[in-house]
Amino acid sequence: MHKNIILSIWLAFVLLLASCAQATSTQPPAAEVTQPPAAQVTQPPAAEATQPPSSEGEQVTLIIESWRNDDLPIWQDVIIPAFEKKYPNIKVVFSPTAPAEYNGVLNSKLEAGTAGDLITCRPFDASLKLYEKGYLAPLNDLPGMENFTDFAKTAWSTDDLSVTFCVPMASVIHGFFYNKEAFDQLGLQEPATWDEFYQVLDAIKADGTYSPLVMGTADMWEAATMGFQNIGPNYWKGEEGRIALIKGQAKFTDEPYVKTWQQLARWRDYLVSGFEAVKYPDAQALFTLGKGAIYPTGSWEIALFEKQATFPLGIFKPPVEKAGDQCYISDHVDIGLGMNAATKHPEAVRTFLSWVASAEFAELYGNALPGFFPLHSTPVELTDELAKEFVSWRNECKSTIRNSYHILSRGEPNLENELWRVSALVINGTITPEQAAQEIQAGLDKWYKPQQ
Amino acid sequence: MTKRPIHRPFPFHIVVFLFPAVLIYSLFMIYPLLDSLRLSFFTTLPDNTETFAGLQNYILLFTDSNYAPRFWGAFKNNIIFFLVHMLVQNPIGLLLASLLASGGWGRKFYRTILFMPTVLSVVIIGFIWNLILSPLWGVTEGVLKLVGLGRLFQPWLGLESTALVTVSLISVWQFVGIPMLLFYAALIGIPDELVEAARVDGANGWQIFWRIKFPLILPTVGIVGILTFVGNFNAFDLIYTIKGALAGPNFATDIMGTLFYRTFFGQQLQLGNPTMGATVAAMMFLIILSGVLIYMVLWQRRVQTIEM
Repeated sequence: MHKNIILSIWLAFVLLLASCAQATSTQPPAAEVTQPPAAQVTQPPAAEATQPPSSEGEQVTLIIESWRNDDLPIWQDVIIPAFEKKYPNIKVVFSPTAPAEYNGVLNSKLEAGTAGDLITCRPFDASLKLYEKGYLAPLNDLPGMENFTDFAKTAWSTDDLSVTFCVPMASVIHGFFYNKEAFDQLGLQEPATWDEFYQVLDAIKADGTYSPLVMGTADMWEAATMGFQNIGPNYWKGEEGRIALIKGQAKFTDEPYVKTWQQLARWRDYLVSGFEAVKYPDAQALFTLGKGAIYPTGSWEIALFEKQATFPLGIFKPPVEKAGDQCYISDHVDIGLGMNAATKHPEAVRTFLSWVASAEFAELYGNALPGFFPLHSTPVELTDELAKEFVSWRNECKSTIRNSYHILSRGEPNLENELWRVSALVINGTITPEQAAQEIQAGLDKWYKPQQ
Repeated sequence: MTKRPIHRPFPFHIVVFLFPAVLIYSLFMIYPLLDSLRLSFFTTLPDNTETFAGLQNYILLFTDSNYAPRFWGAFKNNIIFFLVHMLVQNPIGLLLASLLASGGWGRKFYRTILFMPTVLSVVIIGFIWNLILSPLWGVTEGVLKLVGLGRLFQPWLGLESTALVTVSLISVWQFVGIPMLLFYAALIGIPDELVEAARVDGANGWQIFWRIKFPLILPTVGIVGILTFVGNFNAFDLIYTIKGALAGPNFATDIMGTLFYRTFFGQQLQLGNPTMGATVAAMMFLIILSGVLIYMVLWQRRVQTIEM
């Protein structure tokens, strides 16, 4: 009996330990075991058997790796048919993976040499690492690349901007959604300055029908992404401030950053009670059910909100200090497309990428996915009203990207994670804006040396 | 017995029978475990090659101003997580088991019902409890108001002071069936003669439980304790489901499992660090190993002598 007990405990114990330790070895084997057969069966034989040296006029199949599984119908029904009509010799297959698994699966596939011909690129360091390992081909001389500004290319270029390795596809713009019905009922106008913003919030609060500001801090990223990165560019003057941080000429303890957190701290009084435990989908539902008035977020919500909300929606820009101040918006580059350096059909891939860099693609994509804005330098004709309004801000305001994405999140503690944590704490009222600034700067000082 | 010099043939059949299990077990359990321990002594250079680094990762984990607070914070939270289970889950499990063992109507029904949360998916449990406790649409606030305690309601899952205990109690709710079944099996195994003899001697129910039954199920108490310990220091999924890998607010719900996950696989823009992750995993291994050793030496030996 006792021996059995000892044995069974040891067994249970070793099993549990092993399962926790196993994590180290699951990834490579999984990739090696599961992927090669599938890829070997479908890809190389078809290509090698039929066309010894690639001759013109042969049918070629390209595979796109992506994390956008939500977009599968749009690629299959709209984008790929449009391309295949123009280039009948090239067949394209969109083959997405779940977003959370994409980076891991893609890395394993690239290491095993079984990844698709076209790689959807995450912005900045994740893709840069793939380029440095030699998995992504440089695309500097791709026809159509001249259609993008340096700003759009930053996300998929080396730090000195000498090599670009993905074609920029789309960005998302931050701002505030509001319930037009609520504003009309209470006779309110879109606020342009911070004073007006709080007047509007006070009026909504006094009326009591709607939650003035809809946001929760349970998931933390909203506080940083939809709070800090949304309203901050007006304080740190967009790109100017972002680059100053990278160069070490500015610190998070400087006035613009402290002021941004001070604004977030004021939001606390206007949030729904119990916001500390409100999650992102809760907040979305609260707003689209018509129970909230203002929702700080970004353009990626357009499709969902237009589908779910029964009331007319409006948007306004992040407020500025004084009326007439230069405004800045977070116009965050989010998605690009690159070429697998090991592809068997480099010419066909370049043909496809050139088409992705064209104005025709930009218009198709921008309208099929409202809220994801093409980065093409020629303005795209958008049909969605809210998307049009978002994109019109580019004419009045200067664009910037989230300041934690480029270079500054390469070390530990990770700047992005820290911004999530302290921004949520500032809104919760657990720490002051000044403390938040000090913690962030101390974390950055620990590893980041701007001179290098 | 006298020694008989008999030359038995080597028991090859045992080797043959053991071979498949040993092979699979070594390949998928022992090898990964050892390889993970090996990895914790290495570090990755910028050009993606691994080099031997001795104890550097461990020194970093215990002294670095970035890692040390996270490690000790996770360790402390994990101890609280464990204590809540020991003080709430196991006594309730024992209580339920003795109620079930005392017989009566609906015993099988309740036994099944009480065990059901244990077999539910963690994702479902996290989702259900998020909804129950939600300040927007949860039933908790309404129920509290109904009994006049509406003022007590707080967004427990979102507050630094209460988040960890709340998550622990959700976990208790989920797993209370396991100690209950173990205790139940031990209690119904006690021979009726012992209980009857005690009753003849004039002992009441309370005395019978604490003087007769409880000492007899002490080995099970030890097993439940050590299973809880191992389970809690390996816990990860419930917290990941409810609070995410950053285990907020302000790392209030961060335990060893979430720290390991974040370090090994990365989080959002933080890239994964396999060697540091392996170091955290090795520390989890050491913590669990020492807990089990303490149990074996201090508890199990003593219980054996008492029982016999």
